Amino acid sequence: MSARPETIAAVEEAGETYKHGFITEIESEYAPKGLSEDIVRFISAKKNEPEWMLEWRLRAYRRWLTMKEPGWARVDFPQIDYQDAYYYAAPKGFGSRPKTLDEVDPELLRTYEKLGIPLNERMLLAGVAVDAVFDSVSVVTTFKDKLHEAGVIFCSISEAVQDHPEMVKKYLGSVVPYADNFHATLNSAVFSDGTFVYIPPGVRCPMELSTYFRINAANTGQFERTLIIADRGSYVSYLEGCTAPMRDENQLHAAVVELVVLDDAEIKYSTVQNWYPGDKQGRGGIYNFVTKRGACRGRNSKISWTQVETGSAITWKYPSCILQGDNSVGEFYSIAITNNHQQADTGTKMIHLGRNTTSRIVAKGISAGGSQSTYRGLVSIHPKAEGARNHTQCDSLLIGDKCGAHTVPYIEVRNPSAQVEHEATTSKLSEEQLFYCRQRGLDAESAVALLVNGFCREVLQHLPMEFAVEAQKLVGVSLEGSVG
Amino acid sequence: MLEIKDLHVSAGGQEILRGINLVVNAGEVHAIMGPNGSGKSTLSYILAGRPGYEITKGGVRYFGEDLTVLAPEVRAARGIFLGFQYPVEIPGVATMTFLKHAINAQRKSRGEEELDAMGVMKLVQREAGKLKISADMLKRPVNAGFSGGEKKRCEILQMAVLQPLLAVLDETDSGLDVDALRLVGDGITGLRAPDRAMLVITHYQRLLDHIIPDFVHVLADGKIQRSGGKDLALELDRDGYGGALEPARATAKA
Repeated sequence: MSARPETIAAVEEAGETYKHGFITEIESEYAPKGLSEDIVRFISAKKNEPEWMLEWRLRAYRRWLTMKEPGWARVDFPQIDYQDAYYYAAPKGFGSRPKTLDEVDPELLRTYEKLGIPLNERMLLAGVAVDAVFDSVSVVTTFKDKLHEAGVIFCSISEAVQDHPEMVKKYLGSVVPYADNFHATLNSAVFSDGTFVYIPPGVRCPMELSTYFRINAANTGQFERTLIIADRGSYVSYLEGCTAPMRDENQLHAAVVELVVLDDAEIKYSTVQNWYPGDKQGRGGIYNFVTKRGACRGRNSKISWTQVETGSAITWKYPSCILQGDNSVGEFYSIAITNNHQQADTGTKMIHLGRNTTSRIVAKGISAGGSQSTYRGLVSIHPKAEGARNHTQCDSLLIGDKCGAHTVPYIEVRNPSAQVEHEATTSKLSEEQLFYCRQRGLDAESAVALLVNGFCREVLQHLPMEFAVEAQKLVGVSLEGSVG
Repeated sequence: MLEIKDLHVSAGGQEILRGINLVVNAGEVHAIMGPNGSGKSTLSYILAGRPGYEITKGGVRYFGEDLTVLAPEVRAARGIFLGFQYPVEIPGVATMTFLKHAINAQRKSRGEEELDAMGVMKLVQREAGKLKISADMLKRPVNAGFSGGEKKRCEILQMAVLQPLLAVLDETDSGLDVDALRLVGDGITGLRAPDRAMLVITHYQRLLDHIIPDFVHVLADGKIQRSGGKDLALELDRDGYGGALEPARATAKA
C-alpha cells in the first residue's frame, strides 16, 4: 500500500520529535543517574510511600545486588550498565505540561494524526494534562463513574499503595516474589508506576480496561508494575498496548505483571507491543525484558494471555500461568514478529499443580530479515495434578533466508495421568503463495501482510475487536521491506 | 490485444519456449493443446509474470505495450488473469476476505473506488451461486482442504469476480469429474464477452466440448506446431499428438 512508506517515515519522524520535544522539558524531574539505596529511598519518598513499601523495595534492592543477569536466553546484547541510567524520570508535574492541544508542537500532532492515533490518545502522548480538556474529562469521568458503580478499583499502583494498602500488601509479590529473577527484582526495587485493578466477587467488569484510559498511563516509566486481582466469580479483560512510536537508545523496559484469579474468576490479558525495534542496521530499540505471571488460585479459574509482539529490539518474556486451583485453565496465544535485527525469545510456562487443570499454548513466530526468533516454553505437571492436560502448538514462519526460528519446549511430567501434546511446524513463506496473491492484484508487501495474517489468525481472533484490527495492520507495517 | 512474437524462454538454464508466435484479439477463445512438458504452463507464467523465467528472445505486447516489464500485480490490474493448474492454499485467509483484497487492490491500482464489504459480498455471492459454491466455502481459507473440483470452481469464481480482459486458464479441467467439468465449462462459457479474450490450456478435448474455441493451437517442443479451428482439437483427440503432429513435423523438416 502506498501509505506504508509514509507511515514508516511518520513513525521515525514522531520518534525524533518525541525525543527532541520533551527531553529538556522533563529533565528536571529526573533523579540523579545511577542506582543506590538512596535512589530507592528517593523514589519511595517522591511517591510518599508508607514504610512497609519502602522496606519491600529495599529488600528487593539488596537482593538484586547479589544477583547476576541471566544469560541463558537466545538473545545477544552488550552488557547493560545499570549505573548509567535514570531510575526516576516520571511522572511529570502537571504544571510543566502543556495545558491544551494548542500548546503542543503542531508538527507532533500532525504526525500522530497521520498514524491514526485517536485524539484522546494523541493528547496523552503529547503529555497534555487531560483534565484540562473538556471532551476527555467527560470520557474519563463517565468511564470512572461506571467502574465505581460496579465496585471495580482501577487506579495507578501508587494510588493503590495509598488507598488500598491492605490489598497491595496481600498480593504484591505474591505471584512474582521480589527475589524472583534479576529483572523482576530490579523492578521491585525501583518500579515507577503501573496499574492496579481489583474486580469484586461476581462482577463482570462492564468494559475492557486499558491503560489508555488512565490519565497517568502515558507517564509510566520503564519499570511498570501491574497487579490485577479477580475475586470469586468475576471477569475482566485487560488490554495493554502502545503503538506509539518512541525512538530510544537501547532502553531497558523491565516490567512486572502479576495476576491473581480466585474461584470461578477469569482474567483475559491482551498485549500489543510495538515499541521501537531499532533501525535497519540494528541500532537502538527497546530491550523488553518483562516478567508476566498469573496465578489461578481458585477452583475453575482461568487466565488467558494473548500477545502480539512486533516491536522492541529484544523481546525476552514468558507470560505464565500457575494452575493451582482444581479445574483451572491457562491459555497462551502468541504472535512474535521479528524483522531486520530484532531478537525475540518468548513463550510461556504452564505450571500444573491442581487436579484436572488444562492449558493450551498456541505460539506463532514470524522471522524476517536477519532476525532471530525463539519459542521457549515449559509445561510442568506436578505430582498432584491428576488428569492435567496440555496442548501446545508452535508454528514458525520464515521470510527470506537470513533469519532463524528456534523452538525450545521443556516438558516435565510427574503424574502418569497427564496428557501432554506438542506440535511444531516450521515453514517458509512460499514463492507460490506470494505469486498467487500478486497474480490476483496484491503487491508484494500486501501479499506478505495477508499471508502472515492468515498464518496468525488463530491467535488474532483471541484479541478484542479493536485490538485485532490494529494488530493486523501492525503485522503489515512490521514486515515492511521483508520481501524484495 | 495480445501479441506474442518469436518468444524464447529459459528457466534454470534450459530453453523451454523456442519461438512462439501468437495473436489473440478481444472476444476470441484460443485453445492451446499439447503433450506434457511442451511449455504450456511456462507460456501461462510468462503472461502472468511469474519470477524465475528468462525471456531470451522475442517478446509479448498487450494492448500495444511491452507486457514483460510489468509486475504481476500490475498485469492483474490491467486485466490479466491466470487460472492456476494447481491453485495455492492460503491457510487462515477466508476466500471472501481474499477476494475482497484482490478486488480492491486491482480497483485501487486502476484509480477506481474500492468496494465496501457489502459490495464485495454481493458481487461474490452472485457469481458463487452460478458455480454452486456455498457460503460456507467462501468462509473457508482459500483452497485449504478444497477438493480438486472445488479448487477449480473457485478459480473460475475469482475470474468471474475480477472480470479480466485476458484470461489464461491453465489445465482448468484437470482433476474434474464429469459434473464438475460441466459446471466449470459452463462457468467459463458464461464469461465469454466481446471485450474479453481467453487462452485455454488443456490436454484434452473434453473441456472444449463445453467451451467451443475459435482457434486451436498445438504446442510441442516449445513451439506452436499447428493451428486450426475447433476441428483440430477433435483430430488430436482421435489421432493423438503423435499423429496430428506428423504432417507439421514433416513440413518443418522439409
